[in-house]
Amino acid sequence: MSEMKKTSQAVRRLYGVTALFDRPERLLHAVGEVVKQGIKSYDAYTPYPVHGLDTKMKLKRSMIGAVTLVVGLTGASLLLLFTWWTNSIDYPLVIGGKPLFSWPSYVPLMFEMTVLFGAVSTVTALLVIWLNLPRNSHPLHDTDFMKKVSNDRFGICIEATDPQFDERSVKALLEKLGGASVEAVYYEERELTLRETILDPKFIGAIVVVAVLTSGAAYFGFNKMNLIRPWNSLTVQDKVLPETQSAFYADGFAMRPPVKGTVARGQMPYRYASDIPGAEKYMKNPILPTKHVMELGQRDFNTYCSPCHGYFADGQSRLQGQFPVPPSLHIDSLVTAPDGLYYEVITNGYQGVMPSYERQIPRDERWAIIWYIRALQKAQSPEVANVK
Amino acid sequence: MTTPQNVDTNKLKNLPHSYARTGWVLLTIGIVLTVLSFAFNPKHASFGLIMTLTYVGGVGIGGLFWVGVEYVSSAVWSTAMRRPFEFLASVIPYLILLALPLLFKMRTVFEWTHLNYFKDDPAMIVKAPYLNVPFFVVRTVVVLAVWALFYFLIVKNSRRQDETRDQSLTTRNIKLSAGFMPVFAVTLTIFSIDWLMSLTPSWFSTIFAVYVFAGSVLAAMAFATIIIVLLNEKGQFPVKLSRDHYYNLGAFLFAFIVFWAYIGFSQFILQWYGNLREETMYYIPRMHGSWAVVSVALALVEFVIPFFMLVTKPAKMDPKRLVFVSVWLLFAHALDIYWMVMPVYSSGGTVFGITELAFLVLSIGIILTVFSTTARRNNMVPVGDPKLQRGLEFHL
Repeated sequence: MSEMKKTSQAVRRLYGVTALFDRPERLLHAVGEVVKQGIKSYDAYTPYPVHGLDTKMKLKRSMIGAVTLVVGLTGASLLLLFTWWTNSIDYPLVIGGKPLFSWPSYVPLMFEMTVLFGAVSTVTALLVIWLNLPRNSHPLHDTDFMKKVSNDRFGICIEATDPQFDERSVKALLEKLGGASVEAVYYEERELTLRETILDPKFIGAIVVVAVLTSGAAYFGFNKMNLIRPWNSLTVQDKVLPETQSAFYADGFAMRPPVKGTVARGQMPYRYASDIPGAEKYMKNPILPTKHVMELGQRDFNTYCSPCHGYFADGQSRLQGQFPVPPSLHIDSLVTAPDGLYYEVITNGYQGVMPSYERQIPRDERWAIIWYIRALQKAQSPEVANVK
Repeated sequence: MTTPQNVDTNKLKNLPHSYARTGWVLLTIGIVLTVLSFAFNPKHASFGLIMTLTYVGGVGIGGLFWVGVEYVSSAVWSTAMRRPFEFLASVIPYLILLALPLLFKMRTVFEWTHLNYFKDDPAMIVKAPYLNVPFFVVRTVVVLAVWALFYFLIVKNSRRQDETRDQSLTTRNIKLSAGFMPVFAVTLTIFSIDWLMSLTPSWFSTIFAVYVFAGSVLAAMAFATIIIVLLNEKGQFPVKLSRDHYYNLGAFLFAFIVFWAYIGFSQFILQWYGNLREETMYYIPRMHGSWAVVSVALALVEFVIPFFMLVTKPAKMDPKRLVFVSVWLLFAHALDIYWMVMPVYSSGGTVFGITELAFLVLSIGIILTVFSTTARRNNMVPVGDPKLQRGLEFHL
């Protein structure tokens, strides 16, 4: 510093007087004394946050927290607006059977957007508002003072703009307070009007070039390179895709058909498909009419059969007239028909009018329905023997 | 053997009588109300007693947790404020008195005590070896005994240090507290599963104990904050605490408000999103009818409103604000417990009667009475603690 002062003092202006302290307590003490003298334009510089410094300096509370809170909440609201618009209004999509506007699933996203907006806005606000970016020069830059206070010393700088400023008395004050290397700092006016290097075309050009190169490399890597040997192992695999043929097996199928006569787990072979006489002759109801079975039969009958056959199997159904009316199950020929007929009809349908219920109703439940139909039939034509 | 400077020895065992008096009045009213509620509706009253047990137990074990954290982390700032937490923990030995009547009333409150509940439900048959009356009683007794054991060991060392000034007692308590932490995690999990989660026996949530932990520890911190700040503001605390001490209390309150909300929401969103019958059965009664109002109110009362009341730095240092938010949080935690327990008793809609009143009055009464009687017999500040002087000089 002192060399520069000698060479060109004429064009240089006094910025202020700096002093260094080797312990934070001494700095705190010095700041207290400086405030007591009524000096307003000064600042303290420390390598890490020193507790109690802000109260000693009588600083007003920083507004940075308010910026974070407000912008963070803005982020959360924007995300909510975005998900609401995209998922419920612009392209309504039912996900997982949930309502179109399912706010709980947006809460984690809102939280993330709060953090993202809050963090980015905090840093940006610090740089732009409090550090006057894009201005990036300061009279204290490149001084020994700045090197020390960003390492292991605690510094104070009383600025020349203070109305009470008098170089000699300020130096005396700082030396009295125990400050080491008390020095005056000068700066050139030119320094303040320097063009901000952050807006230098070369700098901006370099950023653009790096951005283009990175995104180009990423595009090539993700969209082109992974289709080229030997990096294409994810896109090209030895497997048979839908609508293609296997080159490995002569029949073109990728999967081998099961051995003839294979029975799936839980499957019961049914040999009387479309063979009504056979079913009538050989099929018997294999389960007993317990209370549980009757209730099951009633539930399934009401669910699957009653829409056409009616709740009492008499054909008086709620689809009456909209659909071919099935016969009443209480006519003599059906009352006397064996269980096998019913089972065959439920399983495979009847004459193209009644569809097959093989897929909807499990085997045992079909027999339960038959027990329930038998009970309905007995209730419709009561006999003395049946009334106990 | 000297008492550190700044400690006003006249105030060490001089908690104002008003605390004990309020405590005894609340306790008497609470007992009368509880007896009345048992006379009117024993089933409802049994659920009320479960709320009291989990509230008082949570505050007590929460107090011991903060003491343990203070030792394990060798925290300095809280040393002067450790005793109120120890006094809160002194309810732990009395918890068995609250649990005892419930152990005789188990068949009224716990569905799983009825054997036919296990029939036909494979999920419940698997739980039968855990959910049965003898094992439940054993677990409750063991958990409460373990808590009481650690309470007596840690507090005994702490009090002995007042007389002997023996620094090795601090080391011993650090080791004890380090042992207590995992034991605390396991026992509080058992306690919350047994007394709260098993009210809906076929429901399960792996994060439930953490949820109970967050609320209980928050309530303990709120209770201690009220007493510390009130005493200090009226000059009745033996040492002078600064705004920086207040800030840390407020920061912990704030942190646990957010933590509670985070855990509560995590539990909710996983089960809501998964939409499985055995998980949503807990939330469905709480999301319909008047319980939905309670659920929304709970989120507002225990998270949103106190969050904004404490969010700024000056708010965390303001004694009036701290006391207000802490009282608010004590009621919020009571609402939380009400929300966990009462939908089991009345899934159709909210209930509020003499039982809920008894729960509130009795819980606060028990804690305040035990706190003030213990406080008048012991030093309000750990005068023998080697960290005390540094703790008093603490600043942000």
